[in-house]
Formats: sequence, structure tokens, C-alpha cells
Amino acid sequence: MKNAKGTVFKYGDNVDTDVIIPARYLNSSDPTELALHCMEDIDKDFVSKVKKGDIMVATKNFGCGSSREHAPIAIKAAGVSCVIAETFARIFYRNAINIGLPIIECKEASIAIQNGDEVEVNFDTGIITDLTTKESFQGQAFPEFMQKIIAAEGLVNYINQK
Amino acid sequence: MGMTMTQKILAHAAGLDSVCAGQLIEADLDLVLGNDITSPVAIKEMSKMNVNGVFHKDKIALVPDHFVPNKDIKSAEHCKCVREFAIKNQITNYFEVGEMGIEHALLPEKGLTVPGDVIIGADSHTCTYGALGAFSTGVGSTDMAAGMATGKAWFKVPSAIKFNIIGKPSKWVSGKDVILHIIGMIGVDGALYKSVEFVGPGIANLSMDDRFTIANMAIEAGGKNGIFPVDEKTIAYLKEHTTREYTIYEADDDAVYDEEYTIDLSELRPTVSFPHLPENTHTIDEIHKMEPIAVDQVVIGSCTNGRLDDLKIAAEVLKGRHVKKGMRCIVIPATQAIYLEAMELGLLRTFIEAGAVVSTPTCGPCLGGYMGILAENERCVSTTNRNFVGRMGHISSEIYLASPAVAAASAVTGKISCPCDLDEKEM
Repeated sequence: MKNAKGTVFKYGDNVDTDVIIPARYLNSSDPTELALHCMEDIDKDFVSKVKKGDIMVATKNFGCGSSREHAPIAIKAAGVSCVIAETFARIFYRNAINIGLPIIECKEASIAIQNGDEVEVNFDTGIITDLTTKESFQGQAFPEFMQKIIAAEGLVNYINQK
Repeated sequence: MGMTMTQKILAHAAGLDSVCAGQLIEADLDLVLGNDITSPVAIKEMSKMNVNGVFHKDKIALVPDHFVPNKDIKSAEHCKCVREFAIKNQITNYFEVGEMGIEHALLPEKGLTVPGDVIIGADSHTCTYGALGAFSTGVGSTDMAAGMATGKAWFKVPSAIKFNIIGKPSKWVSGKDVILHIIGMIGVDGALYKSVEFVGPGIANLSMDDRFTIANMAIEAGGKNGIFPVDEKTIAYLKEHTTREYTIYEADDDAVYDEEYTIDLSELRPTVSFPHLPENTHTIDEIHKMEPIAVDQVVIGSCTNGRLDDLKIAAEVLKGRHVKKGMRCIVIPATQAIYLEAMELGLLRTFIEAGAVVSTPTCGPCLGGYMGILAENERCVSTTNRNFVGRMGHISSEIYLASPAVAAASAVTGKISCPCDLDEKEM
């Protein structure tokens, strides 16, 4: 997988799917439309500031709440190349892998990296580098089973290949 | 090494003699569920797969319930997409407006969920069916699509937290107070990736509706599933609702748990989760010591608390009383059958005479869809399951999660209250 590299948008614990994409917009399932409202209720400037390739960093239990796949879809469609967190809520974790949004768990990185830092993630090694502070962190690489799904660029292709 | 109840069900579904925590397995599915928000995405994903239709037309349930009756044109398009897919694939368990209900109240009522089942649903509260001794868990739309196409899903076998339930709850304490207490204790990520398994003699003192409420909110502690053992009450419920055969699984005596807790139901008090996380719990006694918390709206309903027991409790509180002037009280029976029974028992009359409004089944206000959206700075006491920022409307609005008893009493006083507050005043 290609490295992710971009500017960090930093959030705290328990970023829920209702703030990632509020339910009032779930009458649409169009990624471009969902992206326009991504993070609206927690960071109204996110959509205007985010650039393609940028990285989201949060602490514990990112993506808690509903099972809406619209949440990782909105983040991916907004241009985010990777989400780093100490832990992810389990349904969000599955959904991100299934739609091909790279995510990586790393407690140290989730705490140390600050808003606005430039960060690079190597998915093959799991190494996260904060280019602003020159610090490196070892993130958790995906289990083999999930690597196969990611290598196939999502669950749909994985099933088609089987 | 012994297996937990969840692990035994998963081992069987994966065709294995045993499994252990952390193992990746592929399991056969007994039911795949979707609603009007998640199914359209799944249907689109499934259309990209090289498959000829669904794996089993009887093992898929499609329940438009979030934005129905259609709240706007876009929602109508989503429902149309689900309807057309259901017709094309001859889905047996598609429930149109008029026969639908909130999915997690509807499926057990229709007898579609039984002990030992492995169920995935593209809705996070799919964990509700654990009340019947099934393994059921929420997934996203792509997992739903794969499930509909193949009848299988991959799982990482979870470890478990055990809650030993003892004692008997006092009047006005119900399943909602039990689960809010637990979430307050372990936090919104306290059971992350894990099973929440309930055992113990106190379970006999919890009604099936209490158990559905408790299992329903396992996800609010981050849990993969919540699960109850099968007892006489479960079997009586199944006799009434299903003809399906089922298998009862029990945890091994030497099953290993990450953590174990004892919950004495007799010690629990009516409990309320303050904004903006379900873990921010306070007992009614703590609330009595605070400045009164004035509220603008009360919602009684949802997959958490829209069942008949919930409506009975709310009606008992509201009978002969009136919703405080200027307050809105919205009551939403979770299914058409519950609606009808509430009507026949006179509960709907009680609600309407008390000044509440009664809606047809919908998830509507719980997720800020419609039918009870909050304005700037408004406050709601709700029997629903999430109180995140902006969940029910404006981002400055506030949701206090509570039981039907507390919600109904709060509708009468206009501030967060318990029915015991009302009784005292009358005496």
C-alpha cells in the first residue's frame, strides 16, 4: 500500500458517527454529498480546510455509535488518507476496512501528534512519522486476514476474487 | 479451556469444535438485517458483486423504519430502492409501512430471532437479540451486502465481560436503569470489541422487555454483543412468537472472562445519562440534590424502550395526570402489534388525555431524523439510546437518557423527575 502523508486534524475521545456525519444528512448515500457535511457538528471548518491526503488523528473509541457506513465514506470522500486513533469502535473499524479507508491503531501517536502536524504513515511497516516533531511511532499492522481484504481494495472485490 | 456462550454459538456456526478469543472465523448466518438508511448502500454494493441474487430469501429481513412513513423525497427514494430490491429478490421478510415496526422490536415479535442464531444487521442496535440467547451484532452496509450474497460473515472471536445479576429491582427501576448503570460503571468503551454476557439468579426478575432493553444498549459500552442465557421466560416468549426450532447454548463452567462484575438489582436507582455520552450517569437521588433541570420535550419509544412494558409503565405514571403546559411529550409504540395492544389496553387514551402525542412506529426523533427535532438550546428527556452532540437536532440541544418511568414523570413536572416525586406531592 502507498504511504499516506498529510496535515493532521486532531480530535479527542469518543468521536461518534453522529458528529462524523449527522443523521439529518442520511437521506443521501452519495459520497460527494456526505463529504460536504463531514465533521460538521464537531468541527464546522473541517470541510473548508481539508485537503486531499490529510490525516485524522483522535484518541479513544473513534467512530462509536451507529453502524452507518456513511461515516467512513464521508471521511474518505472528504479526502482523508488515513485515520489514526488509540482505539476504534468495532463497527467503524469493520466498515473502514470494508470500504477501503486505511485506519491504524497507535496509542502513543494518538496522544503525541498535534493538530496541524505533518504526518506520514507507512502501511507496510505500521510506522507513523510525525514530520513536524521528527518523532516516530509503531502502529498496529493489520492482521493477515484483513490485509487480504485491503489488498483487494475492499470486501466486494475480495468476494469477487474468491 | 472453556468457552463463553458467545464463543460456543460462533464455534458451531463456523463448523468448529472450539474457538478462542482473537481467532478469525467465517460463520454461517441465520439472518441478515437492514433498514431504509443502510440497505440502499448495501444493495448498491451487492450489485457490484458477481452473484446471482441473495443467498436465502427467508433469511434476510428488510425493515424500512428510520424515516418512514417517508419523511422527504430522498427518504422516499431510499425506501423505493429497498422495496424494489425486496420484490425482485422475493424477500419474505420485507415489512412495508402498515406492517413494519422498529426493526429490533419487530423481528423478535415476528419470531425471526431465536436462541443460538448468528445474526448480523446493518444497524448498531442489532445486538438486541442477545436477549433471546442469540449471537447478534451490528455491521455496516458492505458487510450486510456480503451477508445477503453469501450467507456468511467474518468475525474475530470476542473475549467477554461477565455480569452476575442478583437481587430484585425495586418499583420504578427497569432494564434501562440496569444498562445505564452498567455503562456508567464501565464507560462507553468499557466493553470495546467484547461480548457482554449476563448470568445469575437476578435475571429471573427481569422481564423479556427489560432484557431486550439491556442487550440493545450493549453497543453503548462498545460491546460486540450482549447475551442472556435462555430460561423459562425466554421459552415462554418463544412459544408465543415462533415455530422455529432453536438450540440453547450455555457458557462452560470454566469459561474465561476478562472481567467479572456483580450487579445487585435491589441496589439500583432510577438512572439518567446526562449529555453528551451515555456514560455520564447520575442516579435520581443525585439529581434531587442538583438545581432542577428543566426540559422542553419528552420522547418515549425507540428500539430501546418502545415495547409494551415500557408503554404500560409510562401510562401508569401519566394516568390521571397531565403533561406540563408548554412541554411536548411524544410516545412512539415500536411496532404495529404493540400499538394495537396499547390501544386495546387503553394506554393510548391515557397518553392522549394526558396531552401526549402518539406516533406510528418510527426511529424518527432518536437519530434526529424527524418527528421531534430539538431547537437551539432545547432539552429532552428521552428513552432512546444515544445523547451525542446534535443527535436529536440542534448541536446546542441536550438529551438526557432515562427509563420510561423517569421520562413520563419528567413530562408531568417539566423537569427531570422520578414517579416517586409525583407520589410524594400527592400524599
